[in-house]
Amino acid sequence: MTASAPLPTTIEVSSSDAPRRRSTMRRLLRIPTAVLCIAFLLFIVFFGLSAPWLAPVGPNVADVNAINAQPFGAHILGTDQNGRDILSRLMWGTQETLLACVIILVVSVVIGVTSGLIAGYYRGKFESVSDFFSDVIIAMPGVVLLIALYTLTGPNIPIAMAVFGVIVSPSFFRLVRGIVVGVRGELYVDAAKVVGLSDLRIVSRHVLWAVRGPVIISCAFILAAGIGIEAGIDFLGLGNPTQPSWGTVLQQSFNNIYNNPVSVVWPALLISLTVLALVLLGNVLTDVLAASTRIKAPSRSRLRSIRARYSDTEPTGGEAPLPPGQDVRLAIRGLRIAYPNASGVTEVVHGVDLDVRKGEIHGLVGESGSGKSQIAFSTLGILPREAVILGGHVVLDGEDLLADDAAMRAARGRRIAYVPQEPMSNLDPSFTIGSQLMRGLRSVKRMPRHEAKAHLLALLTRVGIADAERVFRSYPHEISGGMAQRVLICGAVAADPDVIIADEPTTALDVTVQAEALELLRGLRDERGLAMILVTHNLGVVADICDTVSVMKDGRIVEHQDVDTLFQNPREEYTQQLLASSRSVEIEEAA
Amino acid sequence: MSTPILRVEDLVVRFGGRSGGKDVIDHVSFDIFPGETLSLVGESGSGKTTIGRAILGLAPVTGGTITFRNQTISNIPRSARRKIARDIQVVFQDPYSSLNPAMTVEDILVEPIAAAGASGGRQRVRQLLDAVGLPSDAGTRYAREFSGGQRQRIAIARALALEPSVIICDEPTSALDVTTQATVLMLLKDIQERTGVAYLFISHDLGVVHEMSDRIAVLLRGQIIEIGTAHDVTTAPRHAYTRRLQMAAPIADPVRQRERRERRLAALSAGEA
Repeated sequence: MTASAPLPTTIEVSSSDAPRRRSTMRRLLRIPTAVLCIAFLLFIVFFGLSAPWLAPVGPNVADVNAINAQPFGAHILGTDQNGRDILSRLMWGTQETLLACVIILVVSVVIGVTSGLIAGYYRGKFESVSDFFSDVIIAMPGVVLLIALYTLTGPNIPIAMAVFGVIVSPSFFRLVRGIVVGVRGELYVDAAKVVGLSDLRIVSRHVLWAVRGPVIISCAFILAAGIGIEAGIDFLGLGNPTQPSWGTVLQQSFNNIYNNPVSVVWPALLISLTVLALVLLGNVLTDVLAASTRIKAPSRSRLRSIRARYSDTEPTGGEAPLPPGQDVRLAIRGLRIAYPNASGVTEVVHGVDLDVRKGEIHGLVGESGSGKSQIAFSTLGILPREAVILGGHVVLDGEDLLADDAAMRAARGRRIAYVPQEPMSNLDPSFTIGSQLMRGLRSVKRMPRHEAKAHLLALLTRVGIADAERVFRSYPHEISGGMAQRVLICGAVAADPDVIIADEPTTALDVTVQAEALELLRGLRDERGLAMILVTHNLGVVADICDTVSVMKDGRIVEHQDVDTLFQNPREEYTQQLLASSRSVEIEEAA
Repeated sequence: MSTPILRVEDLVVRFGGRSGGKDVIDHVSFDIFPGETLSLVGESGSGKTTIGRAILGLAPVTGGTITFRNQTISNIPRSARRKIARDIQVVFQDPYSSLNPAMTVEDILVEPIAAAGASGGRQRVRQLLDAVGLPSDAGTRYAREFSGGQRQRIAIARALALEPSVIICDEPTSALDVTTQATVLMLLKDIQERTGVAYLFISHDLGVVHEMSDRIAVLLRGQIIEIGTAHDVTTAPRHAYTRRLQMAAPIADPVRQRERRERRLAALSAGEA
């Protein structure tokens, strides 16, 4: 069939479904913690930078009349043992700390990010060498190194901080290299190469963008560590005593703790709060950047209100509306599935009815987004967590599975089995095929090990695996995709189910392997009288194996026919369009 | 159709280095003539994608040569390669990962034009969007806001931006729904009629390939086992593997599919006997 019906070449682009573009910053500012942290950090910067104008006195101005003055008098935060104003010293000291922060960040980001970008993008020798250096640096004890440095340079905080920057740069290096190695494999980077972009432009336009977020998060944590280290070095007395910093103020207050205990509080508070603000901000940033990928199940109360508002019938309670027919194995009635969104719900399945009889293979055809997989998932109770079933029944041999979670659990794997689309990602790479099949079978059927193994080996042979013993001992990466799908089919029929839900079982396979897999499913159906729902978008597969077909569009079944009628006499325009779009070609010579 | 525009001679691609290497492409030769569509058909692992990537300079060429307009383009430095960028472009299989999700459609389309040092990129974007049947205001939106078929149109527009003479289409429709696939295939044919571009069309689907191509090459384990006109290869395959491939693809017609299946099973049991 090579017909090409007049299909529209221009397609309309709806603008309503476009996700709202919200910058990370805007999202960040909606979180109170983040606002508080940012405000506090901005205050610290202001606190330090305004010292020349707003500090009551200079950092080393001593008032001999006010030694160890208590706070909230003439000196807001009191004075130290030399009569120096603590507030002023902290303000001037903040400048020193800010400088240290800037040095740490600039040094570590420049070294770490640059080398990470180069190593990740070009790999090869540079990666091995820089990897070695980063390992060496990580292995060195940082604080000890800084103390050793003191003997060479004397009290020189900028140099110490630059060295600290080098010491932490491997954390940026590893982070960036890891991300870049991933991005490098993306097709859009290949496309940029083909289009003729220079490496520099590819890195600056495509790679740097992916690295940006994680690096910013990491900066917050590095700064927190840097402030701690800087204060620590000063506290150990390795800082410059003539220039105040948070650490030196803390150290001097600490030495004087018996005469003026309160004075320790201020520098300690400043250091702790700043570190806290940085760490919290880093955490919030991580959450914000990860939020888009995280899926949240609606809360119980939300679920109840959604159901109350949108559903016509409660899915729980009430008897199934249909008496089980003579040979109807699985019946779906009035199934409605929705996903909550900002303004209410988006209904993706609008009341679907479907019956599968014993020995029948029922094709569920539609394009992506038509809701066919949603139906398959709901019959197994494996819908995504945020999905809401608004109404309807899934009746297996007279029992409504949607109404009763326990019944669903009892049926799943025993009476209804599942054959997934991606054979490889449905096998755990760290266990052998045998142990996975055994675990599946023995969790639904009580039987001794040797009996289960014999049963599975016989079934593996049945699904066309020649050397069943060897495959049983193999790991998933040691077998081909076609073989993996046979293994999964074997796993599905192992517990002797009545119904099989196969979700695009051959889409990931080559045509020759697909033909074999279909032959296998047909054979199993004939032997065991299985009822099967086969979800697919491939009309060739439908023509090959299905007895009846339901065509889905936008969450509704638009046409339901037996397979011959559907292909010869499609009623709906949409079905005709689907049929016209499928392509195949015949060998012309006589058979 | 006198001189080939792209010539692949004795191409060998080996992955895995020194001793334990494996020849993924094993001495493959073919020509593409201006304005024609040559298809490479094969199953996964046959090396069809690797050939495309070797021509694009994305896979290492271990042996043999690739020439474009009589100029060798295999194993040349990246800077020289960039000059050829204008002429050989690509549409990848996966429209999701081939477009940077953080860039607007306009930025994506301007990129090749800017890289080639041409001016007037922004006006060209409108023409390109028009050429692939997208509304002209699509440029301001992000690629991630579009559906699979629309994204593939954007990818095609990007490939067209430099007015190339060869486009490598690496399974451009296999990630799409059938009705979308039909419109994208029509668009590709339409573009070929308008611009005279040659396609190297890579696919696993004989039905699609039959409709798109002038000639078809069938690949098996890195070798071309059969090459000929589209009609000959699909309707009267000479090689047993092509025949197997052909008969394994189900027809969207239950009656004819039943016949095909019986013929296939008969052929299989005859082969085993």
